[in-house]
Amino acid sequence: MTEPEPRHDSAAPGTFGMRLRGLIRKEFLQIFRDPSSIAIAFLMPVVLLLLFGYGVSLDSESIPVALVVEQPSADTTSFTAAFHKSRYFVPTSYATTRAAETDMMAGKVNAIVVLRQDFAQRLYRPDSAPIQLIVNGVDANTARIISGYVEGVWGTWLEHVALARGESLATPVQIEQRVWFNSELRSRNFLVPGLIAIIMTLIGALLTAMVMAREWERGTMEALMVTPVTMSEVILGKLIPYFILGMGGLALSVAMALWLFNVPLRGSSWMLFGASALFMLTSLGMGLFISTLGKSQFVAGQIAIITTFLPAFLLSGFIFDIGSMPAVVQTITHVVAARYYVAILQTVFLAGNVWSVILPNLLGLGVLTLIFLGLTYRKSRKRLE
Amino acid sequence: MWRRILALTIKEFLTLLKDKRSRMVIIVPPLIQLMVFGYAATFDLKHVPFAVFNEDRGTVSRDLVAAFHGSPSFEQVARLTQDREIAPMVNSQQALMVIRIGPRFSAEVLSGNPAPVQIIVDGRNSNTAQLVANYAQQIVKQFNTGWIASHGGSTPPALIETRAWFNPNLESRWFFIPGIVGLLTLVVTMLVTALSVAREREQGTFDQLLVTPMRPGEILLGKALPSFVIGMAEATVIILVAVFWFQVPLLGSLLTLYTGIVLFLLSAIGLGLMISSLAVTQQQGLLGAFFFLVPAIILSGFATPIANMPPLVQDLTLLNPMRYFLVVLRGVFLEGTPFHLLIHPFAAMAAIGVIALTIAAWLFRHRMY
Repeated sequence: MTEPEPRHDSAAPGTFGMRLRGLIRKEFLQIFRDPSSIAIAFLMPVVLLLLFGYGVSLDSESIPVALVVEQPSADTTSFTAAFHKSRYFVPTSYATTRAAETDMMAGKVNAIVVLRQDFAQRLYRPDSAPIQLIVNGVDANTARIISGYVEGVWGTWLEHVALARGESLATPVQIEQRVWFNSELRSRNFLVPGLIAIIMTLIGALLTAMVMAREWERGTMEALMVTPVTMSEVILGKLIPYFILGMGGLALSVAMALWLFNVPLRGSSWMLFGASALFMLTSLGMGLFISTLGKSQFVAGQIAIITTFLPAFLLSGFIFDIGSMPAVVQTITHVVAARYYVAILQTVFLAGNVWSVILPNLLGLGVLTLIFLGLTYRKSRKRLE
Repeated sequence: MWRRILALTIKEFLTLLKDKRSRMVIIVPPLIQLMVFGYAATFDLKHVPFAVFNEDRGTVSRDLVAAFHGSPSFEQVARLTQDREIAPMVNSQQALMVIRIGPRFSAEVLSGNPAPVQIIVDGRNSNTAQLVANYAQQIVKQFNTGWIASHGGSTPPALIETRAWFNPNLESRWFFIPGIVGLLTLVVTMLVTALSVAREREQGTFDQLLVTPMRPGEILLGKALPSFVIGMAEATVIILVAVFWFQVPLLGSLLTLYTGIVLFLLSAIGLGLMISSLAVTQQQGLLGAFFFLVPAIILSGFATPIANMPPLVQDLTLLNPMRYFLVVLRGVFLEGTPFHLLIHPFAAMAAIGVIALTIAAWLFRHRMY
């Protein structure tokens, strides 16, 4: 793939290897002159992983909840005691519903549980006593989680009441839940591999987004073109140094995931690094393409800002389930390289080497790499004429 | 003085909008992304693929499976006949959930004993896994209530009646779209500011600007005004799409909303210009933009609640203007929060903006090479 055109080569002084080595050396010199590339490769993963690995969590605990008991009795006490025992809630008692509502408006509590005056009386009547639950629905996901937890507390309390009365609780069907690959549902176990995918997207694209544009902008690309160097050598000369930097950053991120965040690695490490190497190529290819498309560093930088982070964050399946998106949006996610890499990482880290998941995703990455590098090659050659 | 500022403002507009590529990047992608992200960002699961391994021949198990078929959240993709088919099904992600029903299921239910049903969930994405498990629990709960109602049995002594304020159907899109308004406004501001000073420094034109009679404050205004106008225009379009296309209710007043937007733009432009003046090359400017943009978004409460973060990180988010802007956006859109309850986030954004702009103006003269 990297062979220069033979006709060109016969006239060119020096060998392919020599010319490439020269280009790579020049690129490394530039990297060391402006340390921002090194910062991108090594500082960025450390800072972002530390910040997000510790900072981001979807596990809600200690939810502030208001309890309003209009007429205290033994039954209401046993119910509120169940809330105090739960590790998910920090309950506060309120005298009136109105006071609790004011605090919910102000964001001090996320939910209100109201036991009305007639709670104790209606408790053993056939129509059942109502327990009123008001949740703040703005964050619909948290609201759902809260109402699930309240139901859990309610279930525990029901068992307790039934036991005290010497009855058994009538639930025809009982769920036995098994969560595979992440039995404690530790959100860090899936967030950290996802974060690695996002960080690698940024590193890959940021490293190369400026480099082609810089050569065009400063006129050094034209200078390169009058030398015997071919376009594929220029592209390779850009890819190889940044590939080495990027893989260094990746190794650092994986080490942090394994030993700092204790994410299990159930697949093999060669699979992890093989897939990562391919993804790094895709990501660098995307950066080179942006760089060639922008022609000036300013525009290339703008394209990089808008096309890398948000798509990788929102369309990769890192947070939002791709299967639940509308069909058109699902189709669009296929051009987001991070989508394939997130699937591979989550599988290799948590499930193992599952070829039926990994192979199609590797294929997706391969196709995208070819497209990005191919387009970069074509766009760059056109300018020669 | 104003003529000088106006001249610089016009020049800045020209550099941003004269180049066809730059003009395209500022206008088209944010609008496309608004549409795509608006549909993508949801925690409401649809068509979750599941498989059934039912060893029971009775009618009760069939009714239970039918209850899952009846939900728009689930879609059956396979019927398994052997235990060893479960693992490949889940491993290959063909099914996110497997329902396994034992051979004595119907008999147990009919004889009044609690009958177990096993739900196996793929935990690779633990958030989706938790949502799937919650949905399954809801369906089984409804099934139980229906069974008790039709077959007799003791009803539980107390029942929960749930009401959700501000978002009665708990549509997560209502939560995310105001957030996306914030995200895109921030990204557009960064597009316009992060490279503007860095480019002039790299090309040497910033030195020329500094030897003109313009004071740093005037240069600052000239640089900030175009970003402000572009930011306001794009924010307005994005809000129109949110309200009229995505039908997210806008309950609060426009005055409150725009106060929030103006102050947020002030702080975001300030930080953007500050990053840009710190950078000597555009490469550094781009790096700086990402070092700010990524944490600002992930630690804003956009997707994961700030309340779940450890205390130290929660304190860190106090420096993040995006955090305050999201409070304003969600409050004004969904809760109709009045102006006076948002004084605190307004003040915080104003403070961040003034401090960042001052630092940027100071850096203009003091960071020279």
